[in-house]
Amino acid sequence: MSLRNSVAVIFFLLIAIFFVFSAFITHPFGEFNNENSPEMDQYIIDNTQNETGADNGVTSVVFDYRGFDTLGEATVLFTAVAGVIILFRRLKK
Amino acid sequence: MSGMSRIVKTVTNITFPLVLIYGLYVIAHGHLTPGGGFQGGAVVASGLAMILVAYGSVWTMKKINEKHLSALESLGALGFIGLAFLGLIFGTWFFNNYLVGNEILFGEIGRGAANIYTAGVIPLMNFAVGLKVIAGLFAIVLVMAYATRLKEGK
Amino acid sequence: MIYQIPYIAVVALILIGLYAIIFRRNLIKMVIGITLIESGVNLFLITLAFQKDSTAPIYHGSETGLTMSLPVPHALTLTSIVIGVAVTALMLTLVIHIYKHYQTLDARKIGMEGDEE
Repeated sequence: MSLRNSVAVIFFLLIAIFFVFSAFITHPFGEFNNENSPEMDQYIIDNTQNETGADNGVTSVVFDYRGFDTLGEATVLFTAVAGVIILFRRLKK
Repeated sequence: MSGMSRIVKTVTNITFPLVLIYGLYVIAHGHLTPGGGFQGGAVVASGLAMILVAYGSVWTMKKINEKHLSALESLGALGFIGLAFLGLIFGTWFFNNYLVGNEILFGEIGRGAANIYTAGVIPLMNFAVGLKVIAGLFAIVLVMAYATRLKEGK
Repeated sequence: MIYQIPYIAVVALILIGLYAIIFRRNLIKMVIGITLIESGVNLFLITLAFQKDSTAPIYHGSETGLTMSLPVPHALTLTSIVIGVAVTALMLTLVIHIYKHYQTLDARKIGMEGDEE
C-alpha cells in the first residue's frame, strides 16, 4: 500500500505544481489585445436584433446561432433520465 | 417515506403556486430577460420537489406515475426536433429561424422595448425545452425517493 | 496580482476536488469531488467572458455603443451545467446499487472478493 500511496502523492504534486504555475501566467482577466480580440462575439452582439429578433444575446446564441449544441445537450439529458428510470425498475416489483 | 406535519403542508399549499408562476414567467420571457428553458425548468422542478418532501412519496406516487412523466418528456423532445425541422420544410437549411419577419406567429423584430411578440421560433423552443427539463428532473427525484422507501421496508 | 484572483479560485476548486477523488475512501466523497471539479470548470468558462467595464449582453432600451460581455462562453457554461446534473444523477444511482449489493461504501473493500482465495 505504501508504494501505491507514494505514487498517488507524486502524481498529485505534479499536477498541483502545473496548475498553480499556470494560474499566474495567464493574461489579465478582462483585457483583450490585438491578437485575441473577439470578432465573432462582436458580430453576434451587433447583429442579434436584426437577424434573430430577440433582445437577449445569450438566448439567441443558445437557440439560434448554436442550436445544434442545444440539441446534443437535450439528448444527453434525455439519456440520463432514461438510464436512471431503467436502473430503478427492477426494485419496483 | 411519510409526509411531514400539518404546518408544513399548509405552508407548501401557499408557496407552491407562487414558485410555479415564477418558473413559468422565467420560461416564457426567455428572449427578453435573462432566463430561458433550462433555468425556468429547474425552478419549477424545485417547486415540485418541495411537494414531494412535504407530502411524502407514498401520496405522490399515487397521483403521478413515472409513465406520465416519461410521456411528457418525450413530448417536449419531439416538439424541439419538430421546430428544428421547420426550416427544412419551408425550403431553407436545418434550424433556420423562419418565423422572423413573417406574419404567421411571433414575427416582429425587437428594438429593446420588451415586446413579447418577437423572436420567431425561440419562444416555442423555450416551451418545449422547459417541459422536457421539468419532467426529466422531477422523474429523477421521484424514482430515487421510491428507492429509499423500499430500503426501509426490507 | 489582483487580476488573477478568479484563476486562483479556479485552481483551488480543481485541486480540492482532485484531492477528494484520490485520497478519500468513501464513495459519496468521491462524487462530491467530481462535482467540485465541474464547478471549477464552469467558473473558468465564465471568467473568460468578461470585458473591461461591461454589462450583461441584453438590450433593454434604445442606447447603442455599450460594451457588452461575450455571449458565447455563457452558452457553453449552460450546456456544461446541465451535463453535470445528468452525470451526478447517474453516479448517485450507481452508488445506491453498490450499497444494496455489498452493504458497504468503502472503495477499497468492493472489488476484493475474488482475491481472498
